[in-house]
Amino acid sequence: MLAYLVRRSAYGLFVVLGVIFFLFVLFFTVASPDDIARQAVGPKAMPEVIQQWKVNHGYHLPVWPGAGHLSDNLLVDHVQRMIAMDFGKSDADGVVIWERIRQGMWPSFFLTLPMFVIGMVASILTSLFVAFFRETYLDRWVVALSVLAMSIPTLLYIIFGQFIVGTLLRWFPVSGFDADPAVILRFLTLPVLIGVVSGLGSSVRFFRTVFLEEIHRDYVRTARAKGASEMRVMFYHVLRNSLVPILTQVVMEIPFLFTGSLLLEAGFGIPGLGAATFEAISANDFSTLRAMVFLGSLMFIVGQVLTDIGYTLVDPRIRLDA
Amino acid sequence: MLLEVKELTCSLRLAGQEVPIVDGVSFNLQAGKCLALVGESGCGKSMTALSLLRLQPKVAHIVGGQVLLSGKNLLGYSVPQMYQVRGREMSMIFQEPMTSLNPVVRVGQQVMEAVMLHEQVSKKAARSRSIELFKRVKIPQPEQRFEAYPHQLSGGLKQRVMIAMALSTRPKVLLADEPTTALDVTIQAQILELLRELLQDFQMAMLLITHDLGVVNQIADDIAVMYAGRIVEQAERRQLLTQPQHPYTRGLLGALPGRAAPKAALSEITGSVPSPAHWPSGCRFRPRCAEAMERCGHAFPELIQLGETRVACFARQTNQEDR
Amino acid sequence: MMELSNSPSAQAMLSNGIVVSLLALGGLAARAVLRNELWRAAFARVLGLRRWSIVVLSLYVAVALLDSVVWVGGSMQSEDQVASFEARSVIDRLFVDTTEKGYSAPMARVEFYDKSPLLHPQRHLLGTNILGQDVLYVTLKGARVALLIGGLTSLITIPLALFFGMTAGYFGRRWDDLVFFVMSTLASMPGILLLIVLIMVLGKSTVSVCVALGVTSWVGFCRLSRGETLKLREMDYVSAARSLGVSHGKILLRHILPNLMHLVIITFVLLFSGLVLAEATLAWLGIGVDGSWGQMIAVAKDELSRDPVVWWNIVPAGAALFGLLLSVNLIGDALRDVLDPRTWGSQD
Repeated sequence: MLAYLVRRSAYGLFVVLGVIFFLFVLFFTVASPDDIARQAVGPKAMPEVIQQWKVNHGYHLPVWPGAGHLSDNLLVDHVQRMIAMDFGKSDADGVVIWERIRQGMWPSFFLTLPMFVIGMVASILTSLFVAFFRETYLDRWVVALSVLAMSIPTLLYIIFGQFIVGTLLRWFPVSGFDADPAVILRFLTLPVLIGVVSGLGSSVRFFRTVFLEEIHRDYVRTARAKGASEMRVMFYHVLRNSLVPILTQVVMEIPFLFTGSLLLEAGFGIPGLGAATFEAISANDFSTLRAMVFLGSLMFIVGQVLTDIGYTLVDPRIRLDA
Repeated sequence: MLLEVKELTCSLRLAGQEVPIVDGVSFNLQAGKCLALVGESGCGKSMTALSLLRLQPKVAHIVGGQVLLSGKNLLGYSVPQMYQVRGREMSMIFQEPMTSLNPVVRVGQQVMEAVMLHEQVSKKAARSRSIELFKRVKIPQPEQRFEAYPHQLSGGLKQRVMIAMALSTRPKVLLADEPTTALDVTIQAQILELLRELLQDFQMAMLLITHDLGVVNQIADDIAVMYAGRIVEQAERRQLLTQPQHPYTRGLLGALPGRAAPKAALSEITGSVPSPAHWPSGCRFRPRCAEAMERCGHAFPELIQLGETRVACFARQTNQEDR
Repeated sequence: MMELSNSPSAQAMLSNGIVVSLLALGGLAARAVLRNELWRAAFARVLGLRRWSIVVLSLYVAVALLDSVVWVGGSMQSEDQVASFEARSVIDRLFVDTTEKGYSAPMARVEFYDKSPLLHPQRHLLGTNILGQDVLYVTLKGARVALLIGGLTSLITIPLALFFGMTAGYFGRRWDDLVFFVMSTLASMPGILLLIVLIMVLGKSTVSVCVALGVTSWVGFCRLSRGETLKLREMDYVSAARSLGVSHGKILLRHILPNLMHLVIITFVLLFSGLVLAEATLAWLGIGVDGSWGQMIAVAKDELSRDPVVWWNIVPAGAALFGLLLSVNLIGDALRDVLDPRTWGSQD
């Protein structure tokens, strides 16, 4: 199994390199440093101004390695910095990107972690419940509701959530954030709630499908024949066997925890990483965007390797063949 | 008499109608004896067994009859009461050992679960009891095999685990739904031998579902033949195999290679089994029966005792009347 | 990125051309389906299950088509002389001469804030927006944008993903390693972020947005078709065909592809709704396609905090978006249930 771990991690590393290279191509060839400079200083600026901007931001080196500058070019520079996770400064306001990440990390976390945990628990419980009542009216209603819920875009959830709960009912503030433990719940409750509700539709549908597939399997019939109650069948047998797809789903959410929910943070004025990304978009801040994508990818790849290891723990068939 | 089944009827909603896929089935099971329920696929034999434990699929409903276990009607039990019957007084083993065991739980654990669901014993006690059962069902190296996962065991071993699981609480009745169909022929013989032994030692009653007459010959004491949801003939093993009465039974036995004269063509039953939505009126075997009469299309032949056999056939009744 | 000739007639020809080819494509597909018994039965079932959703979806398609049939010239009595030289669609012409100066409530006679009389009193079923445009008009135009994003992008993404997935699964080894690596790399980048980054880099035109959406969504289906192809490759009938000397190309086309078609259809429908949703998100972030419902919603968000509330901008756009997504999702669900190969035996 150790060999498997090593192989898996090695492949993960390869993918990281792939991402670095992809980002390079995207940011330095498809959009050339000249374009970026022009976007920052204005399309009609003088060549000297553009050149100066490029020097200030480190974009002045030749793009590809070539004769005379094998290590003194943007490609090598980019690769080195990405590997070292030195993201440099923001193109827009010169702030060191790691600073911004450090600041924004916590508000994002406070938002996405509860959202993730509550959402996961709520959808799994609902799906188990629905699987228990499969083929009854309850099941059909829940499925219909899920499809309905899935068809409402997140922005509408945010807008209407804010409008109804914030403006009409005045239960919670519509936006803003204060990390002071005394008041933090007031600001987080609404966004967390809306985040959970907007994701419930698709999660419940997904988990329901997974559970229903398991519940029709032969070993479930055996368990019932042994005298296991329906509850035990669902919570022990079915759940245990559904862990592989559940784990997969969980991993897909991991980068989300770090990059923060763009929509929610922008809509609720929470100063997390998502909001930082949002500002980067309007400010054409390529270096920040680059950093965010890279960070997200890193998280995801790490998550994937961890899940693959997780699979071996959860499913003995995979463990003993690996 | 451990189990009495009287007029059990279970129906399915097909094409807008309620179709009784188990139609007025009656039989008795006695301690230490095995009744084989024989028939082609789709005749309702598996559904009958499932109905006894009320494990029939959600789309099927038990609409009539009685299932008397030691005198008490299981059909009247509440669901929590059924939890106490299943695996404890009446157990079932299934056809596909490959998929019938939980793939992510060790087999020993699964047998322990069967014990701990019904008796208040410590884990240690359950564990040692399970290992004893492993020995009883002749699983070699029982302590090691206890920790194994299902996919690490062969089909035969898995089926032995299933049997151990089913017998862990010394049930009165064992239902076996084609337990050997998915196994190699040599293993098949071993498993049947084992079941035979356990039947005697535990003094259980067994209902064996199968479509394989060879299996029947090895282990059954009595045989009941099912066709399209009804029992059409029932007799003691030797009696049925040597003197079959119902045209269907005769057809089945006539199709066995061993019985035909050398170089003679195997006889076959013309036509094919009708699907439940298209059952003919009157006797359901009529369209395929060489002895079909006018009567057969109008009414159901009831299962009547004719000599040593119980048979549901107007042709046989007519024979009887003619004597 | 791609700047076609700007002349109105060129635009008109392109738009009409696309309409015609789409209709032709639809006709061919319909014919292929009707010819095959299994497909015909499947679609008949879906038709029965989801009649209303199909009706609603057809309405959307009809409006979008009406908005795509364009020609230059027209009535000279319009207030806007410039407009008569542009390529305008059927919808455009229905709503010619309806602009006001600013907000007005549905079916009102006066402007919303300063109460001055409207130029076209009681003509605006859903009121007017901040630019004075009839809200019903703007909403109807959004249909074309939504279907363009969802439909056109899918039409391009799916064949590409199918090609890569099928060939990767079938031929294996080096090519498969390469495709798998590219898939892993792209898939490891969080979707929204990748989308944003691509648009920032490629530009904000409709075409760029579609390309960006395509790049972020092809991996899912590629993976799916690769997985299925791997399974199909092991099937006995493929080995049989190989042993008879059938070429790889023929096997792919005749044996593998037809068995992937049900996935293609389901993916197309579900991808469609995913793409429309994604574009709405982009609009919220300020980088959506002009004229889309997402953009309307994003812009109209602030109006809900005005006093008195201006609701008639966001409600039609939201309802239109919801209606489209709901009907597509319902149809997609029904299709998935019907086309699942496991249910294809039980037609008794």
